[in-house]
Amino acid sequence: MYSQRFIDSIVGLFLLLAFFALTLLAFKVSGLTTLFPTQTYTVTAAFDDIGGLKVRSPVKIGGVQVGEVSQIDLDPITFKAIVYMKIADQFNDIPDDSSASILTAGLLGDNYISITPMYSKTFLKKGSEIQFTTSAMILEKLIGQFIYRLGNNDNKGDEHAAQ
Amino acid sequence: MISRIALLGAYGIQSLQQLGQAGILLYRVVFFPPNVKKGFPLLLQQIYAEGVLSLLIILVSSLFIGMVLALQGYHTLAKFGASQQLGPLVALSVARELGPVVTAILFAGRAGSALTAEIGLMKATDQLSSMEMMAVDPLRRVISPRFWGGFISLPLLTLIFNITAIYGAYLVGVRWLGLDSGIFWSNMQSSVDFRADIVNGIIKSFVFGIAVTWIAVTQGYYATPTSAGIASATTRSVVYASLAVLGLDFVLTAMMIGDW
Amino acid sequence: MQDNIVEISQMSFSYGNGRAVFQDVNLMIPRGKITAIMGPSGTGKTTLLRLICGQLLCTKGSIGVDQQEISTLSHRKLYALRKRMGMLFQTSGLFTHLNVFENVAFPLREHTPLSPSMIHTLVLMKLQMVGLRGAIHLMPHELSGGMARRVALARAIALDPALIMYDEPFTGQDPISMGVLVKLIRTLNDALQLTSIIVSHDVTEALSIADYVYVIAGKSIIGEGTPDAILHHSSPQLQQFIQGLPDGPVPFHHTAKSIAQDFLEGTIE
Repeated sequence: MYSQRFIDSIVGLFLLLAFFALTLLAFKVSGLTTLFPTQTYTVTAAFDDIGGLKVRSPVKIGGVQVGEVSQIDLDPITFKAIVYMKIADQFNDIPDDSSASILTAGLLGDNYISITPMYSKTFLKKGSEIQFTTSAMILEKLIGQFIYRLGNNDNKGDEHAAQ
Repeated sequence: MISRIALLGAYGIQSLQQLGQAGILLYRVVFFPPNVKKGFPLLLQQIYAEGVLSLLIILVSSLFIGMVLALQGYHTLAKFGASQQLGPLVALSVARELGPVVTAILFAGRAGSALTAEIGLMKATDQLSSMEMMAVDPLRRVISPRFWGGFISLPLLTLIFNITAIYGAYLVGVRWLGLDSGIFWSNMQSSVDFRADIVNGIIKSFVFGIAVTWIAVTQGYYATPTSAGIASATTRSVVYASLAVLGLDFVLTAMMIGDW
Repeated sequence: MQDNIVEISQMSFSYGNGRAVFQDVNLMIPRGKITAIMGPSGTGKTTLLRLICGQLLCTKGSIGVDQQEISTLSHRKLYALRKRMGMLFQTSGLFTHLNVFENVAFPLREHTPLSPSMIHTLVLMKLQMVGLRGAIHLMPHELSGGMARRVALARAIALDPALIMYDEPFTGQDPISMGVLVKLIRTLNDALQLTSIIVSHDVTEALSIADYVYVIAGKSIIGEGTPDAILHHSSPQLQQFIQGLPDGPVPFHHTAKSIAQDFLEGTIE
């Protein structure tokens, strides 16, 4: 039988360990940053097709994450997808003529937004919109186009043969 | 033929009665806890006996489970050129399913069986009766701290299990198989959601904690006070608890995916 | 009119499976005396103790302890009453995870707001009475059977109860510890003005210390009186029990078919 004081401190240690594990799970594993929000500003961009992009998808410049998607809406008039991105305040010198494109991590990976900086002297700020956008590449569409083109080539071949 | 039907009926009534007893026990344990000043040291002792003493088996098994998952997952994912997705694979399967379920089953084997045997023996050696004769309610003094101890310990053990398993996967995936550490963590962070994956896993383990300790204390408290009776009660405690965990896991997963 | 601490009248009890244990039992335990309840094994002597202390409830009749009807008491009142009862179990029922001191201190810690030093003094006093003051640091598994029973006795009297019940205190004891227990029961009863109920089938020991004796067999009381009266009672059933004869009104053979019929039928199915 251990003394009550020993048990108290061991149990305290156990609780601490579990709390430490919870912290790790929250920040290291699930990347939960909304509990301690860093200063961010929101910019928007309109895309024809966002593919598999979702809220909390990363926003990257040159592969380095600078922010995340905070909200996705549909413009009721133009039927374009409006994507709201939160970008950390420390990256406040992104030129405002930069382009945003939706890329895929690897062949089958998640979608993310990549911002390609240009050369303007004015920078993106709160509420500004990125004008130049490239939609997500949809694999099915690409394959469809490819097959369609193959089919056309075959037809041409047949016509040549007939002549 | 008639006698067999009668036997079936008697069995049904008996099972119903046992369920009723277990329900009353849970009700009394939950709504009549010992008072705070006396109960708190008892609770700490039980967290020590059930939680801290189960820590070693949880640590070792979770480390190996994480390592094996990483090894298996890596080779399968590599076939599709998707080995960067190892982090999400391990983190999601551990946080959502393996963590709560395996911890609960190990807990049933390590702590649940000990609870059943201890309470059963206390009953067999008249310790519970003599406590009653000293006007101390054994449900409050003995059963309640054990129930709450298990209820608190299991989620904590699950948290530790999760982290160790992911660390084991990190060891194999990054240190051994040579994945990039940054990709491992960042892919994990972008696909694991705190609310949907980790918190749901913890909710599961709270439910499992209730189920496992409830079964363990009930089996002990209503055990036949002989050596054979305690032996079979201990076996039943582990078997029922494991089955309950797996069954509940299905129900809970269905509820969580269905966004109930 | 004699003052009785326990009054049982017209009491019947049967277990949930329908097995009747008692049928219309009347029994009085006089205050301040030692009453022995004797009878062959399996007649429900321990059940009777559990009925008196309210762990079981009788199916018919009434059991009154200290002018309170046990079966109608609330949980709280029953527990209040039990603080004034002590019981010594056959297996002694010591808490195996606590040492001797803590075992005896347990009821004091649970029910009294006494300071640690007061508890220390009280525990030592109780252990002194049973002669085990030197054993306070031993764990229950380090005690012999007789010592364990004495520790349990010290624990049972820790709250100074008015009534103490002994369940088979003499079984499995060597002659010396048996003698110690007999002496203890007598001295405790007289020194603390207790009322003692002894359930036993050890005829000589029980008769030697009891003031009044009840003999139970076959669901009812077959004899009562002072030890002398019991010894010279004319009932054959009683004489068989007291003298330990193998055959008599309580048959040697368990109830069965005739032996010829049993052999002819062949194997047991």
